[in-house]
Amino acid sequence: MIKLVGVEKTLGKQPVLRGVDLTIPTGKLTTIIGRSGEGKSVLLKHIIGLMQPDRGEVWIDGTNIARLKGQALNEVRKKFAMLFQGAALFDSMTVFENVAFPLREKLRLKGEIVTRRVEEKLEQVGLKGMGHKFPAELSGGMRKRAGLARALVMEPEIILFDEPTTGLDPLMAKAIHDLIVAMQQQFKFTAVMVSHEIPEIFGISDYVAMLKHGRIAEMAPSNEFVKTTDEEIREFIFVAGTVVPKGLPTASL
Amino acid sequence: MEGIARIGRYTIDLTEQMGRMMVFVLSSFAWLTRPPFRVYQIVKQLNFIGYKSTFVVVLTAVFTGMVLALQGHYTLRKFGSEAVLGSAVALSIIRELGPVLAALMVTARAGSAMTAEIGIMRITEQIDALDTMAINPLQYLIGPKLVASLIAVPLLVALFDVVGIYGGYVVGVQLLNGNEGAYWSSIESAVEWKDVYGGMLKSISFGLLISWVCCYKGFHTKHSAEGLGTATTEAVVLSAVLILVWDYFLTSVLL
Repeated sequence: MIKLVGVEKTLGKQPVLRGVDLTIPTGKLTTIIGRSGEGKSVLLKHIIGLMQPDRGEVWIDGTNIARLKGQALNEVRKKFAMLFQGAALFDSMTVFENVAFPLREKLRLKGEIVTRRVEEKLEQVGLKGMGHKFPAELSGGMRKRAGLARALVMEPEIILFDEPTTGLDPLMAKAIHDLIVAMQQQFKFTAVMVSHEIPEIFGISDYVAMLKHGRIAEMAPSNEFVKTTDEEIREFIFVAGTVVPKGLPTASL
Repeated sequence: MEGIARIGRYTIDLTEQMGRMMVFVLSSFAWLTRPPFRVYQIVKQLNFIGYKSTFVVVLTAVFTGMVLALQGHYTLRKFGSEAVLGSAVALSIIRELGPVLAALMVTARAGSAMTAEIGIMRITEQIDALDTMAINPLQYLIGPKLVASLIAVPLLVALFDVVGIYGGYVVGVQLLNGNEGAYWSSIESAVEWKDVYGGMLKSISFGLLISWVCCYKGFHTKHSAEGLGTATTEAVVLSAVLILVWDYFLTSVLL
């Protein structure tokens, strides 16, 4: 389980997180929403230890990583994978080498077993036969898919998605969402996603949390979240019109 | 009062920056001692920093040796001392110009590229991606560059020395009709082991300086294209200045 308690972070002189309390259920897809600049990506980076809070605790399966460094932090990170906003593929490597990278570097696997696992993942994300291409030769959507394949190849317990559909057309965004949901249901990992794709994320997320003024203003199953009485949150989630929460009929303002 | 406060702030910032740089290089070396050992990465960097700098270093060395011989010949002729041209060229190159010019060339060619490469990896979150995979970037990215630079720069300096002396020979003996025997024998009698040792010591320290400064600046690039440009410029300028300052310091100690 991922649990954040009273997490505070100031960047420069700007307080970004002002006491975030958040519990993310295991094996579910939780999406964090909020206005631009609210600190959603910063929050995600705290969960994986890329940033350390000024105050507060970040618990990952019973270990507080808020002050962990070096090898101890790396041990916890073995549970994680992350899909970055720009996919963060290594541009000097081919797609195949990118996906194979964690297998070779972390598991020290070689030869046929690496080839088999990489090709299997590339096929799952719809990039069969694209392994020889370099990231610069791929479209935005293909890069995200390659990033997803790299995230999945180690079969992690937790995957973080930092705005996985930013910059993609609606059809490609839907394809990436569908892929994330299909993979999450197949491998049962805990997924934490930061997204601006409202209302789409309500149709795919098990839980939705809203970050507002540096705190979690609301956290609920997506079908409950849409019933919020907070006017500001309602305006934010219904601004694009109709919302169809996962497993529930249509809701609107 | 405000002026004093500004000096104080600047001093604190500078001390903090130096402390960070020290922690950066010590951590990188510490990570190198832990498995997995990045032999392939080191070989790759040796190719990039060493082999690929060969051409520019050879070119610089040839013309440095040639111009030294040319200037030396006309100066020494005034005193009737053309016979010591070989030793003048060799000592200048081995003790000073070889290490300094080769290091400046490596900074310009490989150091700037190191900063740009690491900086782009920082901006595009590739370094964060390494972290999330529990792969320490200091061990995977920085350590191999430090080791490769420590090995490659002395080798390039040795090459510079040899080529530079031959460049001097071409001008001093072949073009200006100097005495071939006098050229080589003056080198043999004047150059001592401590000259070579001093030059190599300089080259090792320059190798460390280049990769240290350039990797640090790249690693701490601000997240913008302008930030990357600034980091690359700062890396090259700071490396070049530190090479010259450190050269003076080492020379005064070694003499």
